[in-house]
Amino acid sequence: MSAIQPPAETVWWKQPLDKVEGTWIAIALVWSLFMFFMMPFWHVYGKQNLSNEAYRTTPQAYMAKTQAMVDEYTVRTETDSKLPVVHPPPGSDVYLLGRLWQWWPLLELEKGQTYRLHISSMDWQHGFSLQPVNINTQILPGYEMVLTITPDTGAEQTIICNEYCGLGHHNMVGKIYVTEGGQ
Amino acid sequence: MSNELFRTCPESGLQFHKPAEQLMRANAVVAIVILLIGGIAALLVTLTRWPAVHLLPADRFYQLLTTHGVNMLIFWIITFEMAILYFCSSTLLRCRLATPRIAWLGFALMVIGIVVNNLAVLNGDASVMMTSYVPMPANPNFYLGLILFAVGALLGCFVFLGTLVIAKAEKTYEGSIPLVTFGALTACIIAVFTIASGAIILIPTYLWSLGYINHIDAAMYRLVWWALGHSSQQINVAAHVSVWYAIAAIVFGAKPLSEKVSRTAFFLYIAFLQLASAHHLLVDPGLSSEWKIFNTSYAMYLAVLASMVHGLTVPGSIEVAQRAKGLTNGLFEWLRKAPWSNPVFSGMFISLIGFGFIGGISGVVMGTEQINIIIHNTIYVPGHFHATVVIGTTLAFMSLTYFLIPVLFRREVFMPGLAKWQPYLFGIGMAVFCLAMMGAGTLGVERRHWDMAFTDSVLAFEYPASAFTFMGIVGISGVAAILGGAIFILITVVSVFFGKRVGSESSYGFSTSVLAKAEPVVVPDGGHAATGKWGFAAPGTFLLAFFFLVIFVLYYAVNWKYLASVWPMS
Repeated sequence: MSAIQPPAETVWWKQPLDKVEGTWIAIALVWSLFMFFMMPFWHVYGKQNLSNEAYRTTPQAYMAKTQAMVDEYTVRTETDSKLPVVHPPPGSDVYLLGRLWQWWPLLELEKGQTYRLHISSMDWQHGFSLQPVNINTQILPGYEMVLTITPDTGAEQTIICNEYCGLGHHNMVGKIYVTEGGQ
Repeated sequence: MSNELFRTCPESGLQFHKPAEQLMRANAVVAIVILLIGGIAALLVTLTRWPAVHLLPADRFYQLLTTHGVNMLIFWIITFEMAILYFCSSTLLRCRLATPRIAWLGFALMVIGIVVNNLAVLNGDASVMMTSYVPMPANPNFYLGLILFAVGALLGCFVFLGTLVIAKAEKTYEGSIPLVTFGALTACIIAVFTIASGAIILIPTYLWSLGYINHIDAAMYRLVWWALGHSSQQINVAAHVSVWYAIAAIVFGAKPLSEKVSRTAFFLYIAFLQLASAHHLLVDPGLSSEWKIFNTSYAMYLAVLASMVHGLTVPGSIEVAQRAKGLTNGLFEWLRKAPWSNPVFSGMFISLIGFGFIGGISGVVMGTEQINIIIHNTIYVPGHFHATVVIGTTLAFMSLTYFLIPVLFRREVFMPGLAKWQPYLFGIGMAVFCLAMMGAGTLGVERRHWDMAFTDSVLAFEYPASAFTFMGIVGISGVAAILGGAIFILITVVSVFFGKRVGSESSYGFSTSVLAKAEPVVVPDGGHAATGKWGFAAPGTFLLAFFFLVIFVLYYAVNWKYLASVWPMS
């Protein structure tokens, strides 16, 4: 009886396993468990993990915190629209916001130093995608995500948006400049 | 129960209940029309993402990408699955269909939903992608169309369940339901969960779009929406695995290696597949790592285990059937001498290989909590799901259609010579397409993005040249695959509407050894293993499976290595 007919033996669940199936199930189960335990293992021994630290916020409250940082630590401006480039002290809380359609402000971080990078959205959902280092996270309005990061490569990193956010989505670009040491 | 309402297909021995047959035909025809709409959108989207062509303006691109996503991922597949549900219940159980009128009502709601949703997108104010993430607003009819479609599909699920009850009560079969029907039941149960989740999130979103609710939380939306978005693709997994088993049975008379193993694997789908909502939320704020790890791994990868089991047992059952027919030389004579020019088989086998090797491995790798950081929302993601949903599901459904044209529609297959090549063009084109997308995604190229060159952007950014090469390959192979899809639609439409009728005496375009004629596979003394090697009933399949595992392990390791090169973060 084939698979499109009822099983020939009405008590099919007592039919013994073929060796090929039993062997494969054992191998596949071991592999599945290995992959499962790899994730907690990396939390303990790996260096790339999300802390999942996050807070509820509002666009107004988050904007105020970001503006305060920009007012205090802006070192120069770029482009015709005078986008601020902010150089916050190492170890500090750094605020980045996504809105239609820009990442604001531009950041300048020191290589090898650790920062608490806060990110939130002012309007719709956005995707924080740092290139070419290739770090990607989801940015939601009403939620403030905190990434504790240590830039260790690349002089200029570009933030692009990889969550569709309307017509200007493909122009939503920001920058993180990584400078050498804190002399 | 009037006999006039039943006909027995003289070639296949399958028995069709007239109302069920009409519903299957109607659902299949609508599904093919949607496939055509989605396919035209696919062509335009592909030609835009091919950097050297960059065909559409931005607004059209986002609009057509929405059309493509909704029609392909939801409408085409679920409509075709309704036909499969009716086939697996009424036809395989030789039973009358429960409440055909309600089934027609469900069908009508689905069609109305499809039209309403597509008109909203066509109108230009619903270019919100299939996911329609709040708070980006869409024309309310976008959500309304999805809701109507879902209600219709839910009615179809209940008709399927009702038919199982009738078959049991009227004793149209003995013992347990066939494995393929069991797989369809799995798909149906997942579908009910999926549609319920869809209702829970889309109804409030519809009310929000009309102004009756003033706020929908973005994180909550994503959590519940993906219980629709991802689980709907799990309906496909259960459905196309059932189709693989069905085709193995139809073409080879194959019998499951063991009913217990295959059914338990389906049960693992029911128990664990729905947790996959988490795959989309691995880098979201507001969820803990414990939650992410448990859910993304389907509780210790038990649903992955199930797919790995099906990946062995489907070809394994074919190997056993072929060996029983005397193809016992070496490890692979059974496979070499399989009917590779029969698209019913070749399509199914390419579907199985593509789903496992490309879709399966990439899905598990990117669904690993930390590895997702280097993959989330890059074009790697569509690379993965085109392998599962297009090579896996769509190609499996195409293969089944080649069987259904003579059996269900009673027509000869138009241009059988072309049909022989169609699965290869479609499957291999799509495989290259997926691999190239995964390559580009690894270099950080984003999905759902109109311009990877950032020409109009205030700040400049350039991808490496290899990323552009990958996207060029995506364009070329995508067009090849779409041509394969177009050939399928041409063959199907011409066969069904203008094809030569299959008389009771005339034969198929393809030989399908079937129920009435299929020689039952005789299990030799000493069990299956007697015709195999090493005490294994299916040694060739085992070797293939082991090869799969080696690639899986290597690719998994490579991605951890890549992750380790990224900025330290915690």
